[in-house]
Amino acid sequence: MKVLVAVKRVIDANVKVRVKADGTGVETQNVKMSMNPFCEIATEEAVRLKEAGKVTEIVAVSLGNAQCAETIRTALAMGADRGIHVQTDVELQPLAVAKLLKAVVDKEQPGLVILGKQAIDDDANQTGQMLSALLGWPQATFASKLVLNDNNTANVTREVDGGLETIEVKTPFVMTTDLRLNEPRYASLPNIMKAKKKPIDALTPEQLGVDPTPRLKTLKVTEPPKRSAGIKVKSVAELVDKLKNEAKVI
Amino acid sequence: MSILVLAEHDNASLKSATLHAVTAAQKIGGDIHILVAGAGAQAAADAAAKVAGVSKVLLADDAIYGHALAENVAKLIVGLAPNYSHVLSAATVNGKNILPRAAALLDVQQISEISAVESADTFVRPTYAGNALTTVQSSDKIKLITVRATAFDAVAETGGSAAVEKIASAGDAGLSKFLGQEVQKTERPELTSARIVVSGGRGMQSGDNFKMLEEVADKLGAAVGASRAAVDAGFVPNDYQVGQTGKIVAPELYVAVGISGAIQHLAGMKDSKVIVAINKDEDAPIFQVADYGLVADLFTAVPELVKELNK
Ligand SMILES: Cc1cc2nc3c(=O)[nH]c(=O)nc-3n(C[C@H](O)[C@H](O)[C@H](O)COP(=O)(O)OP(=O)(O)OC[C@H]3O[C@@H](n4cnc5c(N)ncnc54)[C@H](O)[C@@H]3O)c2cc1C
Ligand SMILES: Cc1cc2nc3c(=O)[nH]c(=O)nc-3n(C[C@H](O)[C@H](O)[C@H](O)COP(=O)(O)OP(=O)(O)OC[C@H]3O[C@@H](n4cnc5c(N)ncnc54)[C@H](O)[C@@H]3O)c2cc1C
Repeated sequence: MKVLVAVKRVIDANVKVRVKADGTGVETQNVKMSMNPFCEIATEEAVRLKEAGKVTEIVAVSLGNAQCAETIRTALAMGADRGIHVQTDVELQPLAVAKLLKAVVDKEQPGLVILGKQAIDDDANQTGQMLSALLGWPQATFASKLVLNDNNTANVTREVDGGLETIEVKTPFVMTTDLRLNEPRYASLPNIMKAKKKPIDALTPEQLGVDPTPRLKTLKVTEPPKRSAGIKVKSVAELVDKLKNEAKVI
Repeated sequence: MSILVLAEHDNASLKSATLHAVTAAQKIGGDIHILVAGAGAQAAADAAAKVAGVSKVLLADDAIYGHALAENVAKLIVGLAPNYSHVLSAATVNGKNILPRAAALLDVQQISEISAVESADTFVRPTYAGNALTTVQSSDKIKLITVRATAFDAVAETGGSAAVEKIASAGDAGLSKFLGQEVQKTERPELTSARIVVSGGRGMQSGDNFKMLEEVADKLGAAVGASRAAVDAGFVPNDYQVGQTGKIVAPELYVAVGISGAIQHLAGMKDSKVIVAINKDEDAPIFQVADYGLVADLFTAVPELVKELNK
């Protein structure tokens, strides 16, 4: 079975994001970019399936500007076999990403597509669900465990509001990763070197026949109100007294 | 304009998240209908009919809706959506699972986790772990929206007298099946609607030590939460996680014990009314958002807290 993983380039999770003074977006100049952590988990899961002999080929796909190729290289260094870069400078919203990924899936015919449950920049949490809808495939979102069965089905355990839930889906299907699915590996130096030789195909939205024009217009981006630090109390007794008599919350 | 709100429920009762979504619908303005898709869900529909400001409840009662499988519920929504200007859901795990699927089938770009309504087509949503508030305007004919419950007050649970209309099931998509669940039963309030939340982090060192926090929580009628580190370490189950990629909470009082205050954690609790931090490191970032900070070893401070609350 072939697996497709969607990997997104985002501002690194450790960067303190700053809103631009003109309110048009956030500062991205000279800011460290990385693969979205949930996409690392997606890639790791695909690589483990391949190591277990359940998967024959892993294709890593990223959509966006020229630098997204670096993110694909990271996936290749982790163990993906080849990359597809859908190049565009248009702001991509989840519906457009899902349509573009659908076009790639139609060409590649994978048995499984793995995405992150959310990208930590736009926090939309939509793309995987939208992709499976457009394909007419089952969706297994927020996955913390995947078991591929022999009868063209899979059991997926999902992180839900009350705990965990297990569903059975037919293959092909779309899965989105939650934090506890696995711990992604660091790419070793030899694998980083090998990744440089792995192929990355470039495509455009036009070639895929998709119009990626955004449906949502960003009117402005502002900083949320800041919380200021309060006081330090000296003892537990003082804390309880403050909560009772000053804040009046207990 | 008519607005359809997808109910979050357990067939027997309506979850409070729905009440917050109805408030968001009121801010948009128009006739408000609630959709209850469930199995044996008459009681939940009756509860929805009592919610203030709701004019109609649609009940789709079918075994296939028993576990809210996205493929089936999205199909139902797609059939109903053309009658509405907006379709809303609370940004619960179910809402996040179902609504984007319906949106794609309707060729609509969903607007996720709104925290404010500016007008019928313009909304504010937190992005970048809450470090940026983005105002977006939608050009789609029907707007599909998930609502951040903590950003909108709950509408009154009673006072309404809407009619309950039974609607036909949209049929089984036949793509997925519910197999089972592991749900922790607890007498404590639900994390996302509790008035007080007591959370523990990596500093707790073990799941056993969380018993101390449970004692504090029970004294205060609070829910227990955790940082990602505490969940990853297996101290507590996944549904305890508060943060950017866990649950968003905004209680009257949030007590963070042995939690450093990473941005991803703050994203889930910084709108709490009063924040208390107990941490042995006086430079821990959590103190920058805490109203009351106590620099102390939690293994002495928490037992003392229990004693003090017993007084
Ligand atoms: C203020 C602001 C300004 C922005 N400006 C721009 C801009 O100028 N240009 C721009 O390109 N984006 C821009 N974005 C980001 C863009 O809007 C989001 O990338 C888009 O809405 C998708 O949302 P998401 O990634 O949160 O989706 P989610 O549904 O949260 O993503 C889930 C998963 O989908 C997959 N996925 C999503 N996107 C991609 C991708 N591109 N490639 C591969 N896999 C993907 C990944 O597996 C990811 O884990 C901006 C965002 C904001 C908040
Ligand atoms: C993609 C992504 C998503 C994430 N999502 C989330 C999320 O949703 N929620 C979340 O919480 N995190 C999330 N994180 C993780 C986050 O970055 C932090 O790693 C995490 O919050 C740290 O948890 P912690 O504060 O418990 O642990 P630590 O940062 O290790 O802090 C432990 C604290 O305990 C204190 N301590 C230790 N012993 C004692 C003692 N005896 N007495 C008093 N204090 C003590 C220490 O001083 C320290 O401040 C995410 C990270 C990524 C990359």
